[in-house]
Amino acid sequence: MDHIAQSLIRIVGEARFSDRPEEAYFYSRDPGLMPPHKPDYVVIPERVGEIQEIVKIAAREKIPIVPMGAGLALTGLIIPLKGGIVIDMKHMNRVLKVNEGGRYAVVEGGTSQGALKAYLEKNHPRLRHSIPDSPATATIAANVMIHGQGRLTQQYGFNSDMVSGLEVVLASGEICRIGSCALSPDWFSKGPPMPDLTGLFLGWFGATGIITKVGVKLYPKKRLRDVEIFVTDRDDLIPEMVYELTHTEMVEDINIFAQPKPMIFKDNHHITMFFTGDTEEELEFKRKMVWHALDRFIKSKDGGFMGLPPVMKPTLLETPQRSVSRFADVKKGGGFEYSGPIIMVDRYPQCVRKIVVLAQKYDLGYSGMARIIGRSHAMMYGFAFTFNRADPDMMERTRKALHEVSEFALEAGGVFWKATVHEQKMAMDRMDPNTLGLMKMIKKNMDPDGIMNPGNWEVD
Amino acid sequence: MYSLKHDVDLCRTCPTGDCLVKCQYLDVDKDTAVTEMVKIGRGEDSFVLQDCVTCYACEEYCQRGNYPFYLITEKREEKGILTSPRAITRQWINIGEPQGKFRLGEVKEKALSFGFMPEFLKWAKGRLFEDVMPSFIFGQEFFCNVVYIHFANTSIIKERLPMVLDNFRKLRVKEVIFLHDECYGAFAHLAPAYGMEVPFKPVHYFEYLYNRLTELKDLIRPLNIRAVYQRPCSSRLSPDKHRFVGEIMDLIGVDLVEREYQDHNALCCGGIYAMSFGYDLAHDVQKRNMDDMEGHGAQVCIFNCPACMGSIGTQVAKRGIRPIHMIHLCRMAIGEI
Ligand SMILES: Cc1cc2nc3c(=O)[nH]c(=O)nc-3n(C[C@H](O)[C@H](O)[C@H](O)COP(=O)(O)OP(=O)(O)OC[C@H]3O[C@@H](n4cnc5c(N)ncnc54)[C@H](O)[C@@H]3O)c2cc1C
Ligand code: SF4
Repeated sequence: MDHIAQSLIRIVGEARFSDRPEEAYFYSRDPGLMPPHKPDYVVIPERVGEIQEIVKIAAREKIPIVPMGAGLALTGLIIPLKGGIVIDMKHMNRVLKVNEGGRYAVVEGGTSQGALKAYLEKNHPRLRHSIPDSPATATIAANVMIHGQGRLTQQYGFNSDMVSGLEVVLASGEICRIGSCALSPDWFSKGPPMPDLTGLFLGWFGATGIITKVGVKLYPKKRLRDVEIFVTDRDDLIPEMVYELTHTEMVEDINIFAQPKPMIFKDNHHITMFFTGDTEEELEFKRKMVWHALDRFIKSKDGGFMGLPPVMKPTLLETPQRSVSRFADVKKGGGFEYSGPIIMVDRYPQCVRKIVVLAQKYDLGYSGMARIIGRSHAMMYGFAFTFNRADPDMMERTRKALHEVSEFALEAGGVFWKATVHEQKMAMDRMDPNTLGLMKMIKKNMDPDGIMNPGNWEVD
Repeated sequence: MYSLKHDVDLCRTCPTGDCLVKCQYLDVDKDTAVTEMVKIGRGEDSFVLQDCVTCYACEEYCQRGNYPFYLITEKREEKGILTSPRAITRQWINIGEPQGKFRLGEVKEKALSFGFMPEFLKWAKGRLFEDVMPSFIFGQEFFCNVVYIHFANTSIIKERLPMVLDNFRKLRVKEVIFLHDECYGAFAHLAPAYGMEVPFKPVHYFEYLYNRLTELKDLIRPLNIRAVYQRPCSSRLSPDKHRFVGEIMDLIGVDLVEREYQDHNALCCGGIYAMSFGYDLAHDVQKRNMDDMEGHGAQVCIFNCPACMGSIGTQVAKRGIRPIHMIHLCRMAIGEI
């Protein structure tokens, strides 16, 4: 056993350390399409101090460290591209505090979405957080790290906009607090009224620091929640429809999907909208506003609300919505990846036409799905393909399709979300050189030895 | 090609114009009714083609068997007048498309048809059905497709219904008991209206339940509840079977309360109105209907069509009225539920 392994065992103990091939195999890959690459070591810390020690060893030895949540970002962001130590955060899974009146929670850097949800349901039933539709094991820190989106994104923006403070271990091993918590016991703001330093970490995929605590804003959880689906065959009218819906300010989340299967969904676009209320009256009032907002499209016969059979509603109202994960395995080979550029809502028709063309060209099963971000300020358009891992040809076709999506996304004015390493390079090649220079300066200063999730946001 | 057995002269000489005079959604006197129906029959434009909300009731109101609603539907389609948003129509057409996923029990000469309503696969059990089950038929291949008259789309019915009839023919069934009210309407009313030959005897499940309950009379324990009945649009295609509601209630000791929106004057569940016309019409109709149920002290609302139940069942329950399907009610009466 080498000296690095021995040092790591001294920090986390044998049970939470591995350099065995079984673990190396597992930690070398994610469910997406990126080729695997093995780590040298895997550790599962339980305390901030342990992370500091691990980072210090990595800095001393100049070996990479890759923080990992549930590994569900799908775009290869937790694959240890240059080997080194994978830090599996999942044991740092406690909800540290919830401030009911100030509506925020502080959780450890490996706390899962499901854990916070369950904790709030049990202890603070009038509060909720913006939960994404990833499997419930996905972690909160990683989700804000990649600027994820959740159920409250239409109302409050990216999940990272809802961060209320961070605690980070820097590449030097020092701990740093970001936001109001830097000088106050309260975690109510991630920056304002001071300089907002969260930008030094969020979106960097762990390449500038490891989040050990994250404060997230919580929001009122109403007693009742309902869903409606508006269907249309006019992709060109979707932006207008979304504009009308967001204008009502009555809707919680807005998702749009179009997919060829099952038959009930064929040939149409489905705007799924959720709304909440504490009473039946509140819910009905919102429903009425929402329906009226789209009345002109019903009159022109360009769209209508589908009759949702009561059996369908529980599936739609689940958070996270497990049907998304089920779709991820339709090909039964456990392969799923989506490229989800963040793009203006008025590009919806272009996106949806592109995915149909690509699915035909590469003979793939697809689902096109959009989540509205803010009051129609942008959307995440997911070009989702499922594939069978045991079918290399299908994987290659999916890879090609996603590559075309990347090209398309930039041409259409979009920005990559949870960009693959390849997409990061594309983005850096094309971005304003001064912006790139600034990123370079930040990365160089924050990670002088290039040990933090190397390969990601690597500015040469 | 199948054509509707409509006779414009019957309308021209009609003494009542009942089809439109009695319509709950149009305000029309007798002369206007006759004039407009004649215009429609001749293929001319009429405001009726724009304003009809597709409740099917005129099929019942017309005492001369002249198929006013089928006619309106045909003419709308010919003129490209849409009732529903295109996407909704498309969605429904897709849902009904045969997929080869039908399910057959041990089909004998006498069989139960569940149409394309999966609920019936679970509901049709117990003593009431023991003499027929497991002889059943389910799936798009045996689905009546009549719902498309809501969407002004007769051509899809003309295309699919003959295939469905062929599928039945291949099974060599002699008698089919339809649990889906609209399927019964299809084979007892619409198919003959288009001259399509039906190779079996269609039986409405109300009639079947009535007969079974009579046979199982000894098991019946009167339910002693006050109930209202939600009559579906499709029941207008088989008005002669509507009487069985009252007769079954008498048998099982249910007090069917007198209310405004019953029998001829029944109101639609609003499900199709919501999809086709939006919030206001659906909400108005549903509210009036449920106010009426509540105002008459109903404890239970009996549903015939699972789709109606899906559309207002939850709202009815929120008003403290228990929604229940006719099959369940009858099973309750013989102590099975
Ligand atoms: C079926 C399905 C549905 C999905 N739906 C959604 C959705 O609705 N919304 C959404 O936003 N996403 C969605 N996703 C994508 C993804 O699963 C989520 O964004 C999820 O939150 C990622 O969390 P994770 O713990 O799996 O991250 P990981 O993949 O483990 O990590 C993501 C990135 O964060 C870094 N990281 C992890 N932990 C830390 C830390 N503590 N400090 C610093 N860096 C860290 C990693 O190095 C990596 O770069 C979905 C995925 C699937 C499979
Ligand atoms: S459809 Fe019937 S009721 Fe209406 S005008 Fe013609 S004959 Fe009379």
